[in-house]
Amino acid sequence: MGSRKSCAGSAAPAVLLAIVILLLVGSTLYFHIAKTWWFPPAITPVGHQIDQQFFATFIVTGVVFVLAQLALAWMVFKYRDRGQKARFVRGNHMLEVIWTTATLVIFVGLGVMAAHAWGEVHFGGPEPGALQVEVTGVQFVWNFRYPGTDGKFGRVIPKDIDASTGNPLGLDSNDPASKDDIVSGDLYLPVNQPIELMLRSQDVIHSFFVRELRIKQDTVPGLVIPVHFTVTKIGDYEITCNQLCGLGHYHMHAMLHVLSDADFQQWEQKQEAQNAQ
Amino acid sequence: MSSHATSVHHAEAPKGWLRHYIFSLDHKIIGTQYILLGLSAVTIGMILSVIMRIHLAWPNAHIWGFAGGVVSPEDYLRVITMHGTLMVFFVLTTVPQSGFGNYFLPIQIGAPDMAFPTLNMLSFWVTFLAMIVLVSSAFVPGGSAISGWTSYAPLSAVGVIAGPGQGLGQTLWIVSIALFCGASLMSAINFLGTTIDLRTKGLSLMRMPLTVWGWFITACLALLAFGVLLAACILLLLDRLAMTSFFIPSGEMVSGVLLKHAGGSPLLWQHLFWFFGHPEVYIAILPGMGIISHVLSTFSRKPVFGYRAMVYSLSAIGFLSFMVWGHHMFVSGMSPYSGLAFSILTLVIGVPSAIKTFNWLGTLWGARIQFTSAMLFAIGFVSVFVTGGLSGIFLAQPALDLYLHDTYYVIGHFHLIMGVAAIFAMFAATYFWFPKMFGHMMNETLGKIHFWMTFVGVYCIFMPMHYLGYAGDPRRYASIDAVHYLARLQPVYLFISIAAFVTATAQLFFYFNFFWSIKHGKPAGRNPWRATTLEWSVPTPVPHDNFAGHYPTVYRGPYEYSVPGAAEDFIPQDVAPEQVAKA
Amino acid sequence: MPHTSATEELEIIDAGGRAKPPSDAGGDGDGAGGRSAMPQRIYVTGITIGMAAILMFFMAFASAFIVRKGVGSDWQAFPMPRILWLNTLILLASSVTIVRARHFFTRGDGEGFRHWWTVTTILGFLFLVGQLIAWRQMVISGFYLATNASGSFFYVLTAAHALHLLGGIVALLYVGRGKLRRLTFATATEVTSVYWHFMDGLWVFLFLLLLLGR
Repeated sequence: MGSRKSCAGSAAPAVLLAIVILLLVGSTLYFHIAKTWWFPPAITPVGHQIDQQFFATFIVTGVVFVLAQLALAWMVFKYRDRGQKARFVRGNHMLEVIWTTATLVIFVGLGVMAAHAWGEVHFGGPEPGALQVEVTGVQFVWNFRYPGTDGKFGRVIPKDIDASTGNPLGLDSNDPASKDDIVSGDLYLPVNQPIELMLRSQDVIHSFFVRELRIKQDTVPGLVIPVHFTVTKIGDYEITCNQLCGLGHYHMHAMLHVLSDADFQQWEQKQEAQNAQ
Repeated sequence: MSSHATSVHHAEAPKGWLRHYIFSLDHKIIGTQYILLGLSAVTIGMILSVIMRIHLAWPNAHIWGFAGGVVSPEDYLRVITMHGTLMVFFVLTTVPQSGFGNYFLPIQIGAPDMAFPTLNMLSFWVTFLAMIVLVSSAFVPGGSAISGWTSYAPLSAVGVIAGPGQGLGQTLWIVSIALFCGASLMSAINFLGTTIDLRTKGLSLMRMPLTVWGWFITACLALLAFGVLLAACILLLLDRLAMTSFFIPSGEMVSGVLLKHAGGSPLLWQHLFWFFGHPEVYIAILPGMGIISHVLSTFSRKPVFGYRAMVYSLSAIGFLSFMVWGHHMFVSGMSPYSGLAFSILTLVIGVPSAIKTFNWLGTLWGARIQFTSAMLFAIGFVSVFVTGGLSGIFLAQPALDLYLHDTYYVIGHFHLIMGVAAIFAMFAATYFWFPKMFGHMMNETLGKIHFWMTFVGVYCIFMPMHYLGYAGDPRRYASIDAVHYLARLQPVYLFISIAAFVTATAQLFFYFNFFWSIKHGKPAGRNPWRATTLEWSVPTPVPHDNFAGHYPTVYRGPYEYSVPGAAEDFIPQDVAPEQVAKA
Repeated sequence: MPHTSATEELEIIDAGGRAKPPSDAGGDGDGAGGRSAMPQRIYVTGITIGMAAILMFFMAFASAFIVRKGVGSDWQAFPMPRILWLNTLILLASSVTIVRARHFFTRGDGEGFRHWWTVTTILGFLFLVGQLIAWRQMVISGFYLATNASGSFFYVLTAAHALHLLGGIVALLYVGRGKLRRLTFATATEVTSVYWHFMDGLWVFLFLLLLLGR
């Protein structure tokens, strides 16, 4: 197979490889630039930051991707066996130092850049006066609870949980604060107001995800996890469950309705009136 | 540092079919047994993935073997759980390490066998038992587990009230994995002891082939990681069977049943699992990286570019792999400050992988490339490793992971590395070492058809998954009917499924080639590839004690190809300097 | 020295001579004798590596213990079973006796070796019995396996340690039997005692962890 006097191998594998790689690179670039299947527009300020970070990462990794794949295709073509002698080279210390340092700086640099957006979501609390909504995941529905006019969430007792009698969260009927709590199967939020979601789960781990918010957070039984953001665009958005929670994981679905201030207050009042009945 | 071993008592193979083929102490037989076990597991795993793809492309398709003919949501989850468990544990953790490693490590270091042959045999049979237990879980009442290969608590801890398969099926899953842990630990002890103590004269650490380095560092990872998984499995089993509350918090109301457990932490399971789980994925790829370096060098007729850097980067990856597990948990509820720390470390661990890629390219530069099937898969490995590795840069940033976590983007990422690159390395290893194992060559034409169909096929399967991820398509969904924004992705699903069927079919060429060539392939000489390492210095078939009593002395590094002034374009490791023919 | 059986070797020790099995020096390999094809040092390497794996196993439990105590609001301190203090002393004593046994072995005193080796084995058994008593004491004070996470960890840690110690006792018995196949006595006693000290040290760690963390 390889004595120095053997006839040169065919170029076919190298050409085929070059074609496949060009198709790969071309199609990848195309679908990314054309955004054929892509993120929906972000509706939070932090979402826009995340999109920028994504773009920066895409440029950096995209350049590396294209260069590395093309380099591979080119090397394989240029150095196919044509009867030449291979170059006896053990390595190059300076090259190793250069590409190690460059990679380290670029990779960690991206990470440091991304820290800001992460901090926006998770470091520090929400702005004062944020609307608090409790989100509870249970096999296989989402329940959303508002504190009502008293601004307080009532106590919840697990043994009182009974969805069939209209108490899916197990509100304690003896607690006055729970009387005006609004429980809804969909999430209604006012636009341009700071929001704090308190995420809970009754049974197994679920995950609250709205694409347009660019926010995802697991809901863990035994924990209450806060997430804060402000929505800047009115509309209807889908909420999906993003952590395998059992049979119905794929249809654990709810809607996020972002309303104008006036519409939101109207909705709240309507819910409170229904509660009073 | 090296020691010899006497040969007298080892020269004779045991008599009797049972002792020779079934309960063999010979590392070559045990390695072959592991490879065959892995081959069975990958066959089942692949069939399961085809079932998945049929169901996703045509949700109402009737598939033989399922109750009612259609894949129900619980069936779908059982399929993905079994697929992941079989592939990660019984294919990727066994074949590259315990399969090829068992077969070739002792030979490449000039040893008669592994240090502890009885322990070696035991580790195979316990692995075999573990697989039996796992597969049996599909046939018990309730069926097999539905909680994924990651088996998160409380879903996996509260029993059958959480869903079908979560009764006996889940218990058997845990038992299977616990057995597997024990077997892996035994195997790791063997690999480490062998490499440390049984290297032949002249084989210093920096003259070891990179395959040996890969197996060695992988064994270090396995040694330190599997004990943690075993501990986690024991605690999970106690939560399920003994009413303890390690992972189950208070106030659990599952399917209308209020549980009496109290105070447990679901996140604790994740920490324990991923502390093991991240080194595990490096266990899956590190031997492959060693094999690729080896194959690239052989068929480039050049030394590996930057051998030292390759050793250091393998070691760095191994070391860092224990510090990045939190990147699986960015959105889990773990402290966001920890998340940032894990993020930086994850980006750092990308650096040695990049170094390896540069060095592979460096090996190809100025080469004289021979396009054997093994080499094609090695070249393909570099391409898919670049692609799969770069998508990791996105996932390593928690701000981006907020969107991409648990979407098809992640599935695309880890399949390119584990489901393609690691598998390509196994293919390369097979085509490369088959002549030594069986004395016949595999058919090159079939090998090339296999490569091209597979290489194009896997990109067609897994690249679109990244786009599904951008569109926000969640993982582990039995159907995309319930979510409006997912409906328009159905054409992509169809495309992926068809690509999957074609790629699966392409593997038939491999199966046929493998089994047919054992007897009918062109007879192979001792060193058909004109390679330098010690396995090519021994006769084919390899004698029972590998070296027929004459243990080699090693005089040089493992990749002395195209050395200026030498008559041949390769100098084997065990040829004395004065014996090397000059040009 | 030509092929020596293990019992012969111990008899040699008994007779006051120094036993030097051919492949003990870990080396040379050309000889036509040799009890084993592998150099003896692999067993020492092996047990050292094995100890690292076992350590990680226990560290997983220990870290789970610390985390669970930290996040759970329902932690109940359990009373440390009194016998554990005695048990700890017994195990520490057994480490001393195994050192003595090896001392006699090195000096070629087979009688002394066997005596102290047996004492070590008996102390090991006593420790295990003591652990059973400790469990009884836990049950009496109201802490079953699932009563509280604190007690759960107690049972898991002590049971896991006891199982590993039982492995050590099996090794002690096997070596004490006097017939070895692949290992020389020098190696076997070294490997067993390294493992035994490890079990001892591990116990001290677990004991302190439970005592201070319960």
